[in-house]
Amino acid sequence: MKKIYMDYAATTPVDEEVLKEMLPYFKEKYGNASSLHSFGREAFDAIEKAREQVAKIINSTPDEIIFTSGGTESDNLAIKGIAYKNKDKRKKEGPHIITCSIEHPAVLETCKHLEKQGFDVEFISVDKYGLVDPGDLEKAISKNTFLVTIMFANNEIGTIQPIEEIGKIAEQHDILFHTDAVQAVGKEHIDVNKLNIDLLSISSHKIYGPKGVGALFVRKGVKPEPVLHGGGHEKGLRSSTYNTPGIVGLGKACELGLKRMEKDREHMKKLRDTLIKNILTIEESYLNGHKTKRLVNNAHFRFTAIEGESLNLMLDDKGIAASTGSACSSTKLQPSHVLLGIGLKPEETHGSLRLTLGRYNTMDEIEYVSEVLPDIVKNLRNMSPLWH
Amino acid sequence: MAVVYSKKVLEHFRNPHNMGEIKDADGIGAVGNPVCGDLMEIYIKVKDNKIEDIKFKTFGCAAAIATSSMITDLAKGKTIDEALKITRDSVAKNLDGLPPIKMHCSNLAADALHEAIKDYKKKQNIES
Repeated sequence: MKKIYMDYAATTPVDEEVLKEMLPYFKEKYGNASSLHSFGREAFDAIEKAREQVAKIINSTPDEIIFTSGGTESDNLAIKGIAYKNKDKRKKEGPHIITCSIEHPAVLETCKHLEKQGFDVEFISVDKYGLVDPGDLEKAISKNTFLVTIMFANNEIGTIQPIEEIGKIAEQHDILFHTDAVQAVGKEHIDVNKLNIDLLSISSHKIYGPKGVGALFVRKGVKPEPVLHGGGHEKGLRSSTYNTPGIVGLGKACELGLKRMEKDREHMKKLRDTLIKNILTIEESYLNGHKTKRLVNNAHFRFTAIEGESLNLMLDDKGIAASTGSACSSTKLQPSHVLLGIGLKPEETHGSLRLTLGRYNTMDEIEYVSEVLPDIVKNLRNMSPLWH
Repeated sequence: MAVVYSKKVLEHFRNPHNMGEIKDADGIGAVGNPVCGDLMEIYIKVKDNKIEDIKFKTFGCAAAIATSSMITDLAKGKTIDEALKITRDSVAKNLDGLPPIKMHCSNLAADALHEAIKDYKKKQNIES
């Protein structure tokens, strides 16, 4: 049976060139980058090269890149780090953070944690496409607001936020702006200077790099408190022995991502648009997210009267790897907060299907999915008491 | 986190037994709620106090579909009293177990069967 991977938003395979670049740093060039000797210097040089490669993909300078263990840690460091820095600026109403209702759990849960510690957090809502209204943001800003954290693009429905406008508002009010760009890096052109971004989270395994490594862009002059204390790595911001192979892999993945961005974008957009067109011919099927302001690789549907876990298992039986926001597939048995956040009723969230494409998908695969999916939906609807 | 299903669950999920409706059913039991993501309907046809035919319709996850299919196998041919003894646990056991997280939310088939029998008894009383 053919095996088709359409879950690139979950993770990506490591690119062949990335792997090749990483391999020597496991066994031959194993030095600790903090050591003075030649072994250490070899690792140090590799890490500094990676720092340049990462900086380029977001148009920052290398000294503004902090290596972390991944997107979650980058979000934690950015939000907690800035929050702890502002903790002592106690004003009457307490320090204030603004975020939105459909953020990744790495941001949402971090903000909720800070709420328990006495920070005020405002979770602004989004419209039916998942878009933040910059006007709402403006209204939410108070004298005590010190941080706005809004994701670049949503991991479930692919909606791209008005980042430039948000950046402008944050700058006008002299508030720091963090964005979780884990899903956008390599797919969207990102210029942290043009967009007035102060902190930006990157994950390696979403861009054909290895798992367990990521980066945080921290604008020069912005000084978060560290979350990990120890030997003082990364200018004291993130202690922990350097994961040299991982960092080298992330660097190479960024270099290739930037080099191939135009080609990748064009390829994925063509596939995505065909897929959306084909799937929406199914009776009572809907596209979640925005039609145009969406990631080039994201297609997110919902189908009336069927349940997403069943749908995904049946697709898996046909060799197709996808994802769902259905409650039944989550460990908390709660419908996706993103789908609820865009105003879907709980019963409407169950029949959802996310197909996220990547560099290695082909038009043949799109055709195969388009052929197989209508029958699966039909079968499940035949079984469903909710289908007319 | 991935939910891991037994082979038996997946077999019943892929090829459910007795799926469909009985138009002139003697009893219908509906349990669950589309808001939670599981809705089950069991139809029974009773002759000489025995469940002669049984069918189901289910909206839900693989566990919900597999338990529906299993209950129809377990109840078919049984007397009403025997059928009432089928429990959620026996459904799960006959499927070689269910993932813990699915034990409560999707293991509704026994409840649906009991509801169908209740409905049958009610109708009998009214008619007799």
